[in-house]
Amino acid sequence: MITLKDLEFGYSKGQKVLNGISLHFECGNIYGLFGKNGEGKTSLMKIMSGLLYPKRGAYSLEGTLVSTRKAYWLQQVFLVPEDFELPNIPISSYENINAPFYPNFSKSRFHELIEEFGLRPKANIGTLSFGQRKKVLIAFALSTNTRFLFMDEPTNGLDIPSKSQFRRVMASVATDDKCIVISTHQVRDLYSLINHVMVLDHAKVVFDQSLATVTDKLWFGKASAERKEGALYSETGLGGKSILPKKGLEETEVDLELLFQGILSAPNQINSILKR
Amino acid sequence: MDFDGSKPIYLQIVDFFYENILIREWQEGERIPSVREIAVLVEVNPNTAIRAFNHLQEMEIIYNKRGIGYFVSEDGYQKVLSIRRNEFKEVVLPDVFKKMRLLDVTFEEVKSLYEQNLDEDK
Repeated sequence: MITLKDLEFGYSKGQKVLNGISLHFECGNIYGLFGKNGEGKTSLMKIMSGLLYPKRGAYSLEGTLVSTRKAYWLQQVFLVPEDFELPNIPISSYENINAPFYPNFSKSRFHELIEEFGLRPKANIGTLSFGQRKKVLIAFALSTNTRFLFMDEPTNGLDIPSKSQFRRVMASVATDDKCIVISTHQVRDLYSLINHVMVLDHAKVVFDQSLATVTDKLWFGKASAERKEGALYSETGLGGKSILPKKGLEETEVDLELLFQGILSAPNQINSILKR
Repeated sequence: MDFDGSKPIYLQIVDFFYENILIREWQEGERIPSVREIAVLVEVNPNTAIRAFNHLQEMEIIYNKRGIGYFVSEDGYQKVLSIRRNEFKEVVLPDVFKKMRLLDVTFEEVKSLYEQNLDEDK
């Protein structure tokens, strides 16, 4: 499990990207980290993987402070960044060079994934497109079998069939002993995988709930005019959807995009219902 | 699997089970795919798949043999059939009746259309 306590971070003086962030991540979950552009999602993931140091606050992984960068836990963490560079060498050489850092690396899984993504191990990474290079990195990340896997916009650059492949593969690697955090704007690509939502806004955590709780307390859909009166949030326009307190209504699937909009516009109303 | 936006995903997975049992793809006493296989098949979080399995187990449509897997109960087919029939009577039909009144479609018209449809299917 991962614990963040009163984390503070900024790139320049006086401007805080993250301010008083306290979060808790348990294994067995796939967390969705959401926020508008520039709200610190990427910075948070970099801090969580030991690439950046927080200005203040503590971040510990199973009780060890991450900023000490001990090898035994670096072996347990993998970050798939949104922007990345891979060397101009064959995929198999990349594997041979990097796999030894991860004691639980599965060679067979890596080759299965490379094949599933339609790539050849002998192909030189330098000749691949952005999407293909992303697939190499994702295949490698999922083969390391680290307990903590952080992915920043993993489906960006993937073609339509690969997004479905990605979901299948994620469903197969998400075991009880793994903690996966995905930051994304591509909600439609990933909503069926995520089971806990965290939202960052104005450098703070404005939402942190499991989707099971959200389904229990909130109703999502097109509401009749009279029901709309009591809505926590409503989209404008024809066919606009609303978030209502669930009360006696039937159970609906969480509409993540709608929830995100709702949280940004009425965080207090929504949070107070969920905490009841 | 394409999900319908309004119904919780775990209940849509339950529907997928019902369908497979009704068309006898999964027979009584037969082993069905594991939680993980279902999660991968329908591309969902394994926790969501577990929720569907728990729901079906509570309804006694499937049962778990520890260490072996999940099986369709001996009366699984009958149970699903009665659940689906109730759903049809309580949810689908009232909606049809409402539309019939709204559009002024008589029962006789529906009856003759139904018989026509039966002939076409033959």
